[in-house]
Amino acid sequence: MDKKGRRYEVVFSGSGGQGIILGAVVLAEACGIHDGKYVCQTQSYGPESRGGFSRADVVISDRPIDYPMATEPDLLLAMNQTSCDRYHPELKADGLLVVDASLVSQIPAGRTVAIPFTEIAREQFGTEMVANMVSLGAVVQLTRLVSPSKLRAALTARAPQHTADLNRAALNAGIRAAKKIDVACLENLGAPEEEDV
Amino acid sequence: MSARKGQKRVLLQGNEAIVEGALAAGCRFFAGYPITPASEIAELLSMRLPLAGGTFIQMEDEIASIGAVIGASLAGVKSMTATSGPGFSLMQENLGFACMAEVPCVIVNVMRGGPSTGLPTNPSQGDVMQARWGTHGDHPVIVLSVSTVQDCFEITILAFNLSEKYRVPVIILSDAVVAHTREVFTFPHAREIQIVDRALPSMPPEWYIPYEDSPSGVPPMAPFGEGYRYHVTGLVHDVRGFPTQRPEEIKALINRLFRKITQGFHEIQKVQRFMLDDADVSVIAYGSVSRAARQAVKEARREGVRAGLLQLITLFPFPRSSVESVLKQCRGVVVPEMNVGQISREVKRVNRWECKVEKYNRVDGRLITPKQIRQLIFKLGT
Repeated sequence: MDKKGRRYEVVFSGSGGQGIILGAVVLAEACGIHDGKYVCQTQSYGPESRGGFSRADVVISDRPIDYPMATEPDLLLAMNQTSCDRYHPELKADGLLVVDASLVSQIPAGRTVAIPFTEIAREQFGTEMVANMVSLGAVVQLTRLVSPSKLRAALTARAPQHTADLNRAALNAGIRAAKKIDVACLENLGAPEEEDV
Repeated sequence: MSARKGQKRVLLQGNEAIVEGALAAGCRFFAGYPITPASEIAELLSMRLPLAGGTFIQMEDEIASIGAVIGASLAGVKSMTATSGPGFSLMQENLGFACMAEVPCVIVNVMRGGPSTGLPTNPSQGDVMQARWGTHGDHPVIVLSVSTVQDCFEITILAFNLSEKYRVPVIILSDAVVAHTREVFTFPHAREIQIVDRALPSMPPEWYIPYEDSPSGVPPMAPFGEGYRYHVTGLVHDVRGFPTQRPEEIKALINRLFRKITQGFHEIQKVQRFMLDDADVSVIAYGSVSRAARQAVKEARREGVRAGLLQLITLFPFPRSSVESVLKQCRGVVVPEMNVGQISREVKRVNRWECKVEKYNRVDGRLITPKQIRQLIFKLGT
């Protein structure tokens, strides 16, 4: 959050079963409980328990929050192509798009970071289930919304005990992957002009 | 954030805050049937109630659920159920029984899109009039609405208190957005919470007249199983609880059922006034929509429009005098709702002034945005 008191909106999106909502809850808990900010976390999903769409919003502010949902997200995390296509138009003009490069192949123009979260989860931890924690680590590293130690504390409190080590390692893998990217260097090019192509 | 030392701060969902509120209010019985978007209330109470010495029962359907709630309440235990539109429809008959037999109980309806099974995972405010008039016959009932996690806690306590004090079913209308919004909640100290319990008879069992009138109109309620034997029926009854057809007894009962509520208007009809003192355009909203309205009002103020918000906490009995003072003062009032226009009818009904009442409705399963409300404020403000 650059300006003090400013409302910062994050949207996590993907398909049901990818742990989209848990990622948002951990972020909200880190910012709200461990960092003392005002937070509002909302969610919308289809009636299916797996598959279908899943979206979770986190609004973070230094002041009390009126409208609980994201209206112009500052950051959109898209964990599959459908949600990238569906929610990208809502992103703020200079907003940051973070996609799972393993599952999103057509990436819209603009400030975008592509990291293969699912691949990292599969290769380093042998399970795609922790892709949400890899992506959460990356989102926090890219935005500095909250310190990694507070994020880890929130995760430990929320995730089941026997998965604590695995989740923490996944979070760290995401942080490491995002460290290689300098967000300041991502220029907002907007849509390319015809003569640029 | 101002958290005093030693107070527990947690991230809670609206549904979870309703559970905390119910437990704090002294609720020790829940009977229900799971339904999206209300299921978390039952899920959490199934774990918490036994630990608090209470009882949780998952019933075969919603008809039985409210039946069990009424039975538990008659036995002297504060009781509640939680459901959504389809289940609330099934509860209507027994809800009428609770009104007639004056059995305190709290019914949470987390509204989703309707009619019928409708839109299970999307918000709506389509059950407002059903909450007031869903069960047949002239009957008094109290309907409260919640908009934030804090509300869910406080208003659930209020619902139990009013229900106990007036011996009337209280319906809490929530919606899928409020139910599933997580916010930081700070638990108040127990001593900060005011709890009201039903009046118990002070006379011995042989002198007890279960439905005897008094200045308050609310007879003391004896718990079953403690020696006070009386008859409970859905038929129109005399002061001893037995069916009657005598006009003077019928009239006395129905009039008392209404009088006990009208005498309590001052503490039943709750609203929240926001930036209204000098407003000339106002929004009248409730539930999750009032959060969008509050932001819209702040934004309109920044643009120089003198906007205000009247947030209705109590929907019924309709807080007429608070609404009238806004209508008298403003040249325009916007009533945004996630239905085709239910509270806007009430606002128009009580409007006797030059104020222009504009309704704004959204029925696509999405929450109304601040931008949509702001545009209407500007339209009425210029």
